[in-house]
Amino acid sequence: MRDEWYGFKSGSWMTDVNVRSFIQHNYTPYEGDDTFLVGPTKRTTELWEQVMELMKEESKKGIIDAETSVPSTITAFGAGYIDKDKEVIVGFQTDKPLKRGIMPNGGIRVVKNALESYGYTLDKKTEEIYSENRKTHNDGVFDAYTDAMKKARHTGIITGLPDAYGRGRIIGDYRRVALYGVDFLIEEKVQEKKLLEIPILVSPDIRLREEISEQIKALKQLKKMADFYGYDISKPASNSFEATQWTYFAYLGAIKEQDGAAMSLGRVSTFLDIYYERDLKEGKITESEVQELIDQFVMKLRMVRFLRTPSYNDLFSGDPTWVTESIGGMGMDGRTLVTKSSYRVLHTLYNLGPAPEPNLTVLWSVFLPEAFKKFCSKVSIDTSSIQYESDDIMREVWGDDYGIACCVSAMRIGKQMQFFGARANLAKALLYAINGGKDEIYGEQVAPMFAPVTGDYLEYDEVMSKFDQTMDWLSELYINTLNVIHYMHDKYNYEQLQMALHDINILRTEACGIAGLSVVADSLSAIKYAKVKVIRNEAGLAVDYEIEGEYPAYGNNDDRVDQIAIEIVERFMNKLRKVKTYRDAMQTLSVLTITSNVVYGKKTGSTPDGRKAGEPFAPGANPMHGRDTKGAVASMMSVAKLPYKHAEDGISYTFSIIPKALGKNKDERIDNLSGLLDGYFHSKGHHINVNVFDRETLMDAMDHPEKYPQLTIRVSGYAVNFIRLNREQQLDVIHRTFHER
Amino acid sequence: MSVKGRIHSLESFGTVDGPGIRFVVFLQGCPLRCQFCHNPDTWDVHTGTEYEPKQLVDEIIKYKSYMEFSGGGVTFTGGEPLLQAEFILEVCKLLKPHNISVALDTSGFIWNSFVNEVLEYTDIVLLDIKNYDKRVYERVTGVPLTPTLKFLDYLKEKDIKTWIRYVLVPGLTDNLDAVKGLSDHLDQYPNVEKIDLLSFHKMGEFKWKELGLKYELADTPEPSKALLAEVKAIFESNGKKVSANI
Repeated sequence: MRDEWYGFKSGSWMTDVNVRSFIQHNYTPYEGDDTFLVGPTKRTTELWEQVMELMKEESKKGIIDAETSVPSTITAFGAGYIDKDKEVIVGFQTDKPLKRGIMPNGGIRVVKNALESYGYTLDKKTEEIYSENRKTHNDGVFDAYTDAMKKARHTGIITGLPDAYGRGRIIGDYRRVALYGVDFLIEEKVQEKKLLEIPILVSPDIRLREEISEQIKALKQLKKMADFYGYDISKPASNSFEATQWTYFAYLGAIKEQDGAAMSLGRVSTFLDIYYERDLKEGKITESEVQELIDQFVMKLRMVRFLRTPSYNDLFSGDPTWVTESIGGMGMDGRTLVTKSSYRVLHTLYNLGPAPEPNLTVLWSVFLPEAFKKFCSKVSIDTSSIQYESDDIMREVWGDDYGIACCVSAMRIGKQMQFFGARANLAKALLYAINGGKDEIYGEQVAPMFAPVTGDYLEYDEVMSKFDQTMDWLSELYINTLNVIHYMHDKYNYEQLQMALHDINILRTEACGIAGLSVVADSLSAIKYAKVKVIRNEAGLAVDYEIEGEYPAYGNNDDRVDQIAIEIVERFMNKLRKVKTYRDAMQTLSVLTITSNVVYGKKTGSTPDGRKAGEPFAPGANPMHGRDTKGAVASMMSVAKLPYKHAEDGISYTFSIIPKALGKNKDERIDNLSGLLDGYFHSKGHHINVNVFDRETLMDAMDHPEKYPQLTIRVSGYAVNFIRLNREQQLDVIHRTFHER
Repeated sequence: MSVKGRIHSLESFGTVDGPGIRFVVFLQGCPLRCQFCHNPDTWDVHTGTEYEPKQLVDEIIKYKSYMEFSGGGVTFTGGEPLLQAEFILEVCKLLKPHNISVALDTSGFIWNSFVNEVLEYTDIVLLDIKNYDKRVYERVTGVPLTPTLKFLDYLKEKDIKTWIRYVLVPGLTDNLDAVKGLSDHLDQYPNVEKIDLLSFHKMGEFKWKELGLKYELADTPEPSKALLAEVKAIFESNGKKVSANI
């Protein structure tokens, strides 16, 4: 046994890379309450004050500093510090805190535009290299895109595609570096490569051999990076500090190399807890020192920055990085995976105050220890910074060592990755169905021409059959577009380090998504149960609708319309399943909009549900605001009906409630929220963002942002700093359904 | 043919009308005309949406898991739910096999054989006593106090768990002698488990305007924390548990 592993129980993890086995053999479930938690140390508080100052400056200027010539790599920059004496966990992406690096492998134009929008100029030589000598992912994609793909992208029926920046949503198993040390991991990769010395060597295996070589290089660079800070990570971590620091180093290497849309952390707190417990038992560390490690680790995670264009920030509301950490859940053997460190990570929301990052995600099970449920509810009520996802649903599909990438995408850590596919606008597709494949805003023929609906009133069967046809076309185009993107991403912007922290044989998912589900469901319900009159312009294009009578709206637990929503999800998913994917990825679907529900709405004409052109969609799988009139639980029940087996990339629901509506006092509110979450997840809900605050607080924050530097709200699958939203997005949040009764 | 109910609205996430998460049924129609009513749109006995008992039960039982996890149930309120006691009785009978806890939020003004039977199915009564001074009660509600006190006697006789609800309105129900009188009176009722002290608010004012009614309390402020604390102390003086949002 390695010296660093003293005191650990042995298992298959000692000979093979298998972090789950290590956790299962060694962790200590915790069923007690939160009374053991301690406040921040003096140096944590002082350091955090310095960071807050920097962030304040950043929010004034947009960004603090940016690199303009040297592309970011794992080893492009030496060590960087804020205040060396106070920093317990070290490491920044560039040479200075909050300074943004450039990653032109995704696309040089985005880098150039982003720099210019903040008043920086891209170095001429760097621009020349990436324009003439080194092809980028973005160039590759546009070399292969068909006209149909370009048109779909232009009208916005498919949007948010990762064709000009890193695809992200890949979680390296960063824990491996702490548990095994880098040398062990390199040796494993060398052996795997040897297995690929086979008689007939053709394309897929050649690619794999090249990829493994890239992975080995990245691991070697990671050692060098740690060495800049004076640490030798070739060997396993031998104590609490090293385990935390090594894990962070592995993650840091990934965010130096890649600026993917979502760079999630995985599921580290219960893993780290094993080291903390070992040291606590031997009296080598105190509770305060453990909390300090976690506070400082989290502080670093709050400082992750990527260079984005302002339009990207508009789309995503601020500057999200999706450093998602998955907390809690249950093991396959029935023991809870909640440890004291699950509490400690959530406790950073008190020690450092609320914040959108890291994206703290509690894997909820009705079997979780009651004390932990209550604690989470309390933290939600106090900070509105947590999201919850159903461990009971996901454990069945993904086992008990999965993590959430981005908002709602589950993946088995180190054994699975995804080809992120943003989303298709199904509300727009419905309008194409009515208009014979023409875009309702541009008037262009986008889908292949077919007969439009010509009657004055919409007929359900006719619209449905044309919609089905439109979805056939859309699903093929969508998957093909993603195939182009991910072929090129692998070729020009491969994630060497993140993939080095995966097994060699992994499951790939082709993660598609839909936006506008509630608009589509309500539109079809209106056509079916009320009368919808079509208003056409001179060109004969249907541009508006008048509804006569009432229709059941999604969000009231009414099967007449909820069944329509379910059917749309299932139907579209089944169409996606028919289309061949790059690297035989398994098609999955999310019902998630991020905050781009506002942008999607802007790009979509009036819809038969009564929504006017330009008005926002509801976020994710939410009912349209104001239409869910039977209260919060009815709304949740509609969402919970959506079938996870046809939406395995996640179903996002955002819930906002005023404190008074949760109960009369704090204790009642905690009990009721905990009961509400149990009820929701018991009825097969997949995800929920919980916001607890008064509308008045948000209105005041719009007018006096300086009073609310840390006001955090959950949006669709992640959290944002409210005052960094633009006015339009702030209003959208305020106008959404608040449960007030 | 079973009797139909007139429903004002349904709320699937009630947290302030009884313990736990409650499915709240707002029944249409009320004989009282409380000056501080925040749901005057529930007064009219002729409006609302018609429901068959079975139809309402089907709706209620959808939420059973939420009730179980939170220790909640269903609450009938209004309006005055007991104006439609016959309908509620049918609903309760159909609910019985589902083992769902039933709460009744009432003024106690209505009494008949159906009410009598409904109480056989009721787990907890939230009894609204608007004032203990008979004249003030009549001025506030437009009806006499006596039926409510008789109702309370019956709840004691049947040993039905009861929470008393008291809305504190400055200048109207802050007559502290009457509060003391009520507190002393309640001391004789072991079935009264708790007093729910509610703070007057004007969130329903817009509804009065919409209905073309004159809102007498437009200039009345919400009670101060000091006043709430004072009233709470009086209710607590006889050892009863008091819940108040202070």
